Amino acid sequence: MDMLTLCIGIVLAPLAGSAVAGLFCRVIPRWLAHSVTILGVAIALAFSMLVYQRVGAGETMNVNLYQWAVSGALEFNVGFLIDRLSVLMMLVVTSVSLMVHIYTIGYMAHDPGYNRFFSYISLFTFAMLMLVMSNNFVQLFFGWEAVGLVSYLLIGFWHTRPSAVYANLKAFLVNRVGDFGFLLGIGLLAAFAGSLDYVEVFARAPELAKMVEPATGWPLITAICIGLFVGAMGKSAQIPLHVWLPDSMEGPTPISALIHAATMVTAGIFMVARMSPLFELSETALSFVLVIGATTALLMGFLGIVQTDIKRVVAYSTLSQLGYMTVALGVSAYSAAIFHLMTHAFFKALLFLGAGSVIIGMHHDQDMRNMGGLWRYMPITWITSLIGTLALTGTPFFAGFYSKDTIIEAAHLSSLPGAEYAYFCVLLGVFVTAFYSFRMYFMVFHGTERFDRSGDHAHHSDEGEHHGLAPGEEPEESPWTVWLPLLVLAVPSVVIGYFTIEPILFESWFGSAIHVGQAHDVLSLVAREFRGAREMGSHGLFSLPFGLMLCGMLLAWLLYIVRPRWPAYIAKVFRPVHGLLMNKYFFDRFNEIVFAGGARVLGHIFWRGGDRLVIDGLLVNGGARLVGWIAHASRLLQSGRIYQYAFAMILGLLFFLTLLSPRV
Amino acid sequence: MTTTPPLLSLAIWLPMIGGLVVYATGSDGKAQLARMLSLIVALFGFLVTIPLYTSFDAAQGGMQFVEMASWIPRYNINYFVGVDGISVWFVILNSFVTLLVVMAGWEVVQDRVALYNSAVLIMSGLLNGVFCALDGVLFYVFFEASLIPLYLLIGIWGGVKRVYAAIKFFLFTLLGSLLMLVAFLYLFLEAGGSFNVMDWHGVKLPMSVQTAIFWAFFASFAVKVPMWPVHTWLPDAHTEAPTGGSVVLAAIALKLGAYGFLRFSLPVVPDAAMAMAPVMIALSLIAVVYIGFVALVQTDMKRLVAYSSISHMGFVTLGFFLFSTLGIEGSLVQMISHGFVSGAMFLCIGVLYDRTHSRRIADYGGVAGSMPKFAALFMLFAMANAGLPATSGFVGEFMVALAAIKANFWLGATAATTLILGAAYTLWMYKRVVFGPISSTTVAELKDVSPREMLILGLLAVCVLVMGVYPYPFTEIMHASVDGLLKHVAAGKL
Repeated sequence: MDMLTLCIGIVLAPLAGSAVAGLFCRVIPRWLAHSVTILGVAIALAFSMLVYQRVGAGETMNVNLYQWAVSGALEFNVGFLIDRLSVLMMLVVTSVSLMVHIYTIGYMAHDPGYNRFFSYISLFTFAMLMLVMSNNFVQLFFGWEAVGLVSYLLIGFWHTRPSAVYANLKAFLVNRVGDFGFLLGIGLLAAFAGSLDYVEVFARAPELAKMVEPATGWPLITAICIGLFVGAMGKSAQIPLHVWLPDSMEGPTPISALIHAATMVTAGIFMVARMSPLFELSETALSFVLVIGATTALLMGFLGIVQTDIKRVVAYSTLSQLGYMTVALGVSAYSAAIFHLMTHAFFKALLFLGAGSVIIGMHHDQDMRNMGGLWRYMPITWITSLIGTLALTGTPFFAGFYSKDTIIEAAHLSSLPGAEYAYFCVLLGVFVTAFYSFRMYFMVFHGTERFDRSGDHAHHSDEGEHHGLAPGEEPEESPWTVWLPLLVLAVPSVVIGYFTIEPILFESWFGSAIHVGQAHDVLSLVAREFRGAREMGSHGLFSLPFGLMLCGMLLAWLLYIVRPRWPAYIAKVFRPVHGLLMNKYFFDRFNEIVFAGGARVLGHIFWRGGDRLVIDGLLVNGGARLVGWIAHASRLLQSGRIYQYAFAMILGLLFFLTLLSPRV
Repeated sequence: MTTTPPLLSLAIWLPMIGGLVVYATGSDGKAQLARMLSLIVALFGFLVTIPLYTSFDAAQGGMQFVEMASWIPRYNINYFVGVDGISVWFVILNSFVTLLVVMAGWEVVQDRVALYNSAVLIMSGLLNGVFCALDGVLFYVFFEASLIPLYLLIGIWGGVKRVYAAIKFFLFTLLGSLLMLVAFLYLFLEAGGSFNVMDWHGVKLPMSVQTAIFWAFFASFAVKVPMWPVHTWLPDAHTEAPTGGSVVLAAIALKLGAYGFLRFSLPVVPDAAMAMAPVMIALSLIAVVYIGFVALVQTDMKRLVAYSSISHMGFVTLGFFLFSTLGIEGSLVQMISHGFVSGAMFLCIGVLYDRTHSRRIADYGGVAGSMPKFAALFMLFAMANAGLPATSGFVGEFMVALAAIKANFWLGATAATTLILGAAYTLWMYKRVVFGPISSTTVAELKDVSPREMLILGLLAVCVLVMGVYPYPFTEIMHASVDGLLKHVAAGKL
């Protein structure tokens, strides 16, 4: 098969699976729904591997599939750009998606919306593939919004829960705020580059860099890049557009792993890497990216410390890691960002699916305060979660170590404005990451078993479907469809960094897919120190980040295993800080009052004040009343009494005579 | 000029004569006969418009399928019809929507069925007449006559405040068109005694006259669009109209005003149109933003969708007055898409209203539980209304937004707020109506869509998706006419 056929197969197979499972969700049996969608995604994965082989051999492809529309000089196309960047994303998306599909069989086994769920996750896979394989901005925007739609549908999957349908509306709207910037960026490109095709736009990038946006007076390339990045801030949940991601945990856990950790939220990272020929031309934009990413990495990590819901801890950890990737983008280490994206996809999917397994074991209780000592009951979940935690915290030789350490080193070596701040944030972030990760790990798997008394405690939770363990009941290991994906994902979480760091980062594996200007090339500086993956790992054992990580781990061990009473005491002593963290820096409160509330107030002012009072009240009905009033007044004059008419005539006569008589 | 059958005359007169025949069936005792007849008429009315697309010559920008016959020779008034790449879609769209409206009223309308259906069919013929007419008087007659069936639809089958709404609608639109008539008479004299619109396009006019005519046209067309601030009749008309009336009103009747701008204001008084563009753009943007906020706080579903219509039509007028190919074509696409999407939204609300007789958002909640198929379709249309890519709602908005950004960044940025506002008002309503726990026993007992409703909404869903995934055929046949129009406007008339 030629490459184009393969690519068409890659996108259409999941779409077809989704269509079958979705359109006939009421008629087909469950086994058919999951078989057909798993088959679709498996085909996509297999074909992606074939494409990977060819691309690895140096082949690339840039074709238009069909013309979507033409208007004036502007063409809108649907097509594929297959190079090493897209093929890597295709592999990550399809492989994680396949694992999540299999996991879902076990996780959603008792859910009435089983078939619908499979339809959604396959549709998501299709949309995400369209996004990463696109060769133009229209299709990118399509994929961008389509993954947002599926995310919306899946966060609100349990649509009778008020909290779920609140969260999905919030997610959609916050993403739309990002898309607002994204659309402006695309619009500026269409206006000044005259094309929406990646290659053509990139070819004209140097000209754009010299131009000024006429209406605003801004440097054009900076305006474009910041616009595009605002889109990425929405999708990849960067401060201050991060607020939707923690709430998205209302969705079923498999999609938290697939969409809200491994793939969709990394679309923004991918997009900026794809646009590297543009971002390289604006240092202002890069610094903006850098500062936003660093702030997100650190501040979101702090929030992970105070969460008690297991999924929310992982969610804040995702936010923080996305911040790391954004920092990498900001220091022009695009391939390091993609590298961290890949390793993160595996270990974060693993952590989420592990958390899901714990939730099954706890009979849908997500509160870590009711867990503890689970290692005894759920051995596979325990070991795989430990692997995920070690990978996330950057333990040498694990996948996360290689990617995260490179980012820290890159931030250290960068000379862009803001790089010092970013270095501080990502370095401190290592300590924070280790602390909240091991806090979760210890609270869930070690220490005293606290679930005995959770029987009626968990019934207080607001969601009706949460049960928790009945008194005396013990958690059990999950079924094989759940633990098999954990084992499969644990492998890359350990080894993928070790084996791929050298080719991806230091042998310019991405080739021309990623463009780095010479002045910004920090990775070549990092490469000077690089002596192979093994050397890097053993060197890492004596490095500052590893020391910070050990401190974080030991602190978590001290507070949650040795002295479990201390955390509550510390929270009491540092009440203002604790309150700030518990309220998530008041972002939600602010948005609710200022934006949601403000919009409603404005709506009422325009509606009641503008439409009802001024336009309808004063002008329309007022006009009608005026006509009525004139009619009424003139009716009074028509009295039918001759002497009144005669009197009026005389008055009129006198008036005109006075007016017309010549002045003497 | 052509040897083909008089397709446009068929599209105009078939529904009107058919409508009279339906009316002749008389009493409600023969209601089923009236329905069947209307369906057949509507179906044929739609079928005769298909060749308009299939044998349309996309390379040619001028009028096609032209028919000309003398009507009132003394004043040189002719029966002169024809379509170009700008108007052809509206004839097809209108005939298609008529078919859906007849189906939508099948079980819902039980009172004076023959009259209802004949009003719908006659309305359809008249609207086709407006889009085809190339003679000023003919246009005016169709334009004004189309008010009557709609007035009846609202006034007879409407809600509680139907009389207020019907009269408001009638007066608003009638007052506007009187000024247009004056302008027409002036143009008749200037063009040397011709009502031929094509002749009017060529008449040289000084700026002062152009400006006066521009505002006379504005009075008529802006009310129909409707543009801010002459829009307040629309929410009233929509809330009181029966579902079928709302669909015709939103899907087709609102296009009359926008079409008028393209057929008359831009080509007849191009220099004034250019000069007034800043005002028109400002009014359009107010419609997009101000109305977006107003839509957000509505408590009545129909009123909300009515406001959303105004906001979407703001994009249409915005695109026109950017004077770029992308803008005008985007606006035309937006008009067609709005025909599908707003029609579908009103039909969805109609589905709920038929079951519960409430339009209040607060009376619903958890509809997804009892009507899952409906919830899925409604979701699609809500997303289209919010401009999601791969639905028709995205295409026009995207094109106009790009054109606006090109014209001026701030214009584009203001227009692009619809991305947020449109999603906010549409999805917030959807959430309160469809999601959440089942709010009452009424909602719990709702029956999911019937096969008839499924067919109507399904057809629209296909249209919305096809146009979103492959808009090329829609834009392709516009190019030549839009280019011609823009060249004509750029040349000016001073």
